[in-house]
Amino acid sequence: MGDFAKYIPEFLTGTQETLYMVLVSAMFAYLVGLPLGVWVTITDRDGLRPNRAINSVLSVIINVGRSVPFIILIVALIPLTRFLVGTSIGPTAAIVALSVAAAPFVARMVETSLKEIDLGMIEAARTMGATDWQIIFRVMLPESVPSLIRGLSITIITLVGYSAMAGAVGGGGLGFIAISYGYNRFKDDVMLVTVILMIAIVSAIQLLFELVAKAVDKKNR
Amino acid sequence: MSEGTPIIQIRGLSKTFVTDHEIMALRNIDLDVQKGDIFGIIGMSGAGKSTLLRCIALLETPTSGTIEIEGRDISTLRGRDLIALRKQIGVIFQGYHLLMQRTVRRNIAFPLELEHKSKEEIARRTDELLEIVGLSDKANAYPSQLSGGQKQRVAIARALASNPKIILCDEPTSALDSVTTKSILQLLTDINRNLGVSVMIITHEIGVVRAICNKVAVINDGLFVEQGEMPGIFQKPTNAVTRLLLGLGEEDE
Repeated sequence: MGDFAKYIPEFLTGTQETLYMVLVSAMFAYLVGLPLGVWVTITDRDGLRPNRAINSVLSVIINVGRSVPFIILIVALIPLTRFLVGTSIGPTAAIVALSVAAAPFVARMVETSLKEIDLGMIEAARTMGATDWQIIFRVMLPESVPSLIRGLSITIITLVGYSAMAGAVGGGGLGFIAISYGYNRFKDDVMLVTVILMIAIVSAIQLLFELVAKAVDKKNR
Repeated sequence: MSEGTPIIQIRGLSKTFVTDHEIMALRNIDLDVQKGDIFGIIGMSGAGKSTLLRCIALLETPTSGTIEIEGRDISTLRGRDLIALRKQIGVIFQGYHLLMQRTVRRNIAFPLELEHKSKEEIARRTDELLEIVGLSDKANAYPSQLSGGQKQRVAIARALASNPKIILCDEPTSALDSVTTKSILQLLTDINRNLGVSVMIITHEIGVVRAICNKVAVINDGLFVEQGEMPGIFQKPTNAVTRLLLGLGEEDE
């Protein structure tokens, strides 16, 4: 047990690195995934601007992005990561692969949220003379906020899992600690603590976002 | 009453939906709604009455025929002209279609926000509209906290926000109980009288037509089978569909 205490600084840095990787890559993923999700929704058959060709292309891009196993993606993206970050090792480098992996996931989450909206509401806005842009920004997105927040929580939790995998191949964070100390050096207690920390992070995110989603939702209360 | 240019003039309107087979939802409809009318369109479900409303509300494109709003053919309008015309036609629905994440006040403000009106003007106008529909005390409530009748009042206020010439109502009371129905119909009558807004009501309930309409058209299978002034048209109904809607069985001669 005395042995375990000397890893506390590692646990602290590991947790920090994990949160850093997850939050920054979630931000980049939404920067790409949110517009992509809106685009794929409005080009769908009963969308604002149905366009079969664009919709199919976007759908294929999203599906391909979601199908590539993350571990393969990390390796495949090493040249891009080197170009953008200057190295392929460490938490900042991991953000590249995490963002690329999460963007198509986010696009689908956003699409699902936007499709929950009653089409009648959109038609009503149309009869009031709303333009497509006004419908997107004043009806679709604001009406989906509680659902989008829940989607954000699922995205972040998924990224926590991915970040552990990134950690295993040199990305840093709790995943790195679990592999290098817990697994390679047979320190079961270190392994256990990292797993508990991950569970704690996931539970905290889940709880926090659910509270926020409930607080902002004026429809289901 | 002098009859100038009708608010709505429809000539030879047909609408065909093509799915796996063709469905003629509307066949050769002619219709005139004059200023000040409360015009009822009555028919059973599937008769084509909602399609007719959706064509006038510019939510469907007619297959053939013309729809003129105050003498302007709406099928030729695009872009800004189309949006300007939409503001002259208010629409309310059976399902209300309010924005659930906005308060009553902000729902009513929605069409004004679309027009980029100033904050002061929006506040003044929404106060006025809340007063008209009798919901001043619910201004800051959310739709989920309202009854069906209250929601429909919000929808009516919202439809009035842009000062439309006509309000189209798609089964406005079909989800409401009889007492609430009465009060909503009374509100529509008041709006018609006091604000000079013409009203067109789509319904399957004969009671709605009897209560407030001055003209009525009976629609069946996409065709107008009868059309005329109230209450005359219902006094000696000859058409089988009209008799059915009036609750007079075809068999009891």
